[in-house]
Amino acid sequence: MAAVPKIIVVGGGLAGLSSVIKIAEAGGKVDLFSIVPVKRSHSVCAQGGINAAKNLKGEGDDVFKHFDDTIYGGDFLANQTPVKNMTAQGPAIIDLLDRMGVPFNRTPEGLLDFRRFGGTLYHRTAFAGATTGQQLLYALDEQVRRFESEGKVQKYEGWEFLSAVLDEAGVCRGICAMDLRTMEVKTFHADAIIICTGGNGAIFGKSTNSVVCTGSAASALYQQGAYYSNGEFIQVHPTAIPGEDKLRLMSESARGEGGRVWVPRKKGDPRPAKTISEADRFYFLEEWYPKYGNLVPRDIATRAIHRIVYQEDLGIDGQPMVYLDVSHIDRETLEKKIEGILEIYEKFVGDDPHEVPMKIFPGVHYTMGGLWVDFNQMTNIPGVFAAGESDYSIHGANRLGANSLLSCIYGGFVAGPQAMLYAKNLPAQKGDGGAAKEEVRQREFNNILLQNEGTENPFKLWRELGDTMTRHATIIRYNAGLREADEKIVDLLARYRNINLSDKSAWANTSFAFARQLYNMLQLARVIVQGAEKRDESRGAHYKPDFTERNDEKFLKTTMGSYDPIADAPVITYEEVDTQWITPRPRRYDASA
Amino acid sequence: MAETKVAPKTIRVEVKRQATPETAAFVEKFEFPYRSGMNITSLLGEIAMAPVTTEGKQTTAVTYDSNCLEEICGSCAMLITGKARMACSALVDKLMAETKDGVISLAPLTKFPVVRDLAVDRSVLFENLKKVQAWVPIDGSYDLGPGPRQFPQIQEERYPLSNCISCTICMEVCPQFNEATGFVGAATIAQAKLFNMDPAGAVLKEERLRALAGDGGIQECGFAQNCVQACPKQLPLTEAISDMGRDVFVQQVKDFFAR
Ligand SMILES: Cc1cc2nc3c(=O)[nH]c(=O)nc-3n(C[C@H](O)[C@H](O)[C@H](O)COP(=O)(O)OP(=O)(O)OC[C@H]3O[C@@H](n4cnc5c(N)ncnc54)[C@H](O)[C@@H]3O)c2cc1C
Ligand code: SF4
Ligand code: FES
Repeated sequence: MAAVPKIIVVGGGLAGLSSVIKIAEAGGKVDLFSIVPVKRSHSVCAQGGINAAKNLKGEGDDVFKHFDDTIYGGDFLANQTPVKNMTAQGPAIIDLLDRMGVPFNRTPEGLLDFRRFGGTLYHRTAFAGATTGQQLLYALDEQVRRFESEGKVQKYEGWEFLSAVLDEAGVCRGICAMDLRTMEVKTFHADAIIICTGGNGAIFGKSTNSVVCTGSAASALYQQGAYYSNGEFIQVHPTAIPGEDKLRLMSESARGEGGRVWVPRKKGDPRPAKTISEADRFYFLEEWYPKYGNLVPRDIATRAIHRIVYQEDLGIDGQPMVYLDVSHIDRETLEKKIEGILEIYEKFVGDDPHEVPMKIFPGVHYTMGGLWVDFNQMTNIPGVFAAGESDYSIHGANRLGANSLLSCIYGGFVAGPQAMLYAKNLPAQKGDGGAAKEEVRQREFNNILLQNEGTENPFKLWRELGDTMTRHATIIRYNAGLREADEKIVDLLARYRNINLSDKSAWANTSFAFARQLYNMLQLARVIVQGAEKRDESRGAHYKPDFTERNDEKFLKTTMGSYDPIADAPVITYEEVDTQWITPRPRRYDASA
Repeated sequence: MAETKVAPKTIRVEVKRQATPETAAFVEKFEFPYRSGMNITSLLGEIAMAPVTTEGKQTTAVTYDSNCLEEICGSCAMLITGKARMACSALVDKLMAETKDGVISLAPLTKFPVVRDLAVDRSVLFENLKKVQAWVPIDGSYDLGPGPRQFPQIQEERYPLSNCISCTICMEVCPQFNEATGFVGAATIAQAKLFNMDPAGAVLKEERLRALAGDGGIQECGFAQNCVQACPKQLPLTEAISDMGRDVFVQQVKDFFAR
């Protein structure tokens, strides 16, 4: 083992940058790989805020309550120990971000201001205007740029991770990656790698995620033997703005600051929203869930909107849309606290939400599942760590708003030092550690793909995948539909072999890179639908009308998806959940809870 | 949705393309059935799905940078009907009304090396941010307790500057941003101000000011004010430049007498 451990971090969102900072600070050498320049990572999209029980509002909040809310919100599926650790570190993480210069909103006394988010009764969410994720990512990006200028970090931006380099014993010795300009495939040595590649919204076609959130890297590792856990748990955010190319999020903070969700009581009421009297408005979340009102957890709000539109047939103008209204809130409050998200609406829809209620509908938003990791953030492949949205820990069956940014930073802060520790005790590799073999395998895949003379357009296959997944594997799930989806994916995989790239050039070929990701998306989609099909219960974001109750006896278990290379299919098994701190209890947010 | 009578039948686009940095540029035309509510990135997605020109020639998907699709990651800056702006927030309906013949033209930014088609290399901005040490030099990432108290007024002044998405549009539109001057550009100056205003970041204030003095520094600004008009995030750029200009000058005088 070299005197200075060499760690590769893949992904430069909050999780990746947090890992990098810890490693550089501890004297390790880091290579940081990212498809996009790290400052343009998906984390910039986060709007609402980051949770930590600082208790600065005299409400008696504490880290245990944050712990309990997170476990309860996740419907008890998360292993409790890492959640306990994360919530305990929350306040220190906020302090650190503050010291890094994040422009958090302040109280008149100069302290950090906090807002309320879904799934809690406390003001626990620190925020920087309506662009908290952007501000946090920049703060970490700046620290990493500082380390970069000191020669402690080497960035590989515009490089895509293809696979891990594994030696004969199955131990990770580096990565195989592709330069997205020259399309050159190369291996890089490392003593340990940390995967921080984010979620997989693109599997559902349109989502609130960024373009590169395909889950491709996690899928590649799954196909190399890593467990992919709880894949069926996909968060559908209740309030997204339907759009041609993506579903743009309307942050929960719109409701946190007093936004109200409603539809006209009368089906197909043709009147403009503003002229509909209070009596004629159906504030269904407030009526159905008086305690939490508009701030019920996401899965509950999403299903309520789904019910209003598809069962009660009360969507605005008969369309799959409901109102999210902030027009009753005074302009000054809106401007100070959520101007950024209102601007997004105005920019992309053309209406002014200060004046007219916004029209919204649920959209695929967050990947609770991910690479299985132990409490030190290591996957079952020795030397491969994971953190952030790409791992499965922390959020269980449903993520609470503003908990993800915290979990990304926490995960990175654990993964970085743990990877260093692991690397220091790693026996030296034999020969090239499997690098040459992996490079050949990836080059062959590329050659076949580029030379294929088929007829299928990868973007069209992707659209079909998205349609199937959205129809069968989001808000409401039936076993027959899930089986149909799996068959469809198998069919798409067969058609994939008949692909034809319009672009066969070897320079900045984006459709080629996309086609590679698509293959991994298809493989991972099967883990999602099969996990969902086998889980005959309803828990958190996973809801089956044929099995409406949570079934702890059979399913208080982590889903473990592993890849069977011979059958070219997932194998689903289960693992016990760590419930040593809080005894599972029914999860209810309605009046009687 | 009901289409109004005036709705055009097709959307016409002209894309300036270039296969590699070394090869010559050329223009390709595309035409698609009209749909309302489209933006430039969804239009580029349509091309990827059916890469055939108006003349019926089979071509390739257009290379361009994008990620967030909601104007927050800064990836997708390009020239759209001749103006530097973000493709994801450029709405087709508005653009068609803006142009005389209804044809939307797309071209790469002109001040940065073309990678391919509409993708350019803008890493110069990230290098410039290193020059002005655009960060707070914290002691370490371990738990050192809360940061200094800050009145909301400071946050309110810093936050708009911290909204810069590194799109480089302010540099594209600046007449002074070119090889001859080596000007760092408005974005970098604004970021230097942001960190000079941070209570802890201010420890590097003098170094930042010195980095902005001399050739390529703040003195290159010709006050054309294009930057502040073009910035998609409405950064108060001219104010930042004049504030920093004053500070740089004061620093230069101080340094002169200290010699
Ligand atoms: C619209 C929106 C709003 C949100 N708001 C909030 C909020 O208010 N609060 C909250 O807590 N959470 C929020 N979330 C969730 C949160 O933003 C994300 O979960 C979090 O940012 C994920 O960070 P990450 O570090 O795991 O990955 P990301 O930020 O997604 O970064 C992934 C990185 O991996 C790189 N990458 C991916 N694949 C590869 C590959 N194959 N090779 C090389 N590099 C690769 C990418 O380039 C990128 O750098 C929101 C999410 C969305 C979509
Ligand atoms: S200052 Fe404005 S125009 Fe310049 S890079 Fe930043 S966001 Fe873009
Ligand atoms: S794609 Fe992110 S700014 Fe346009």
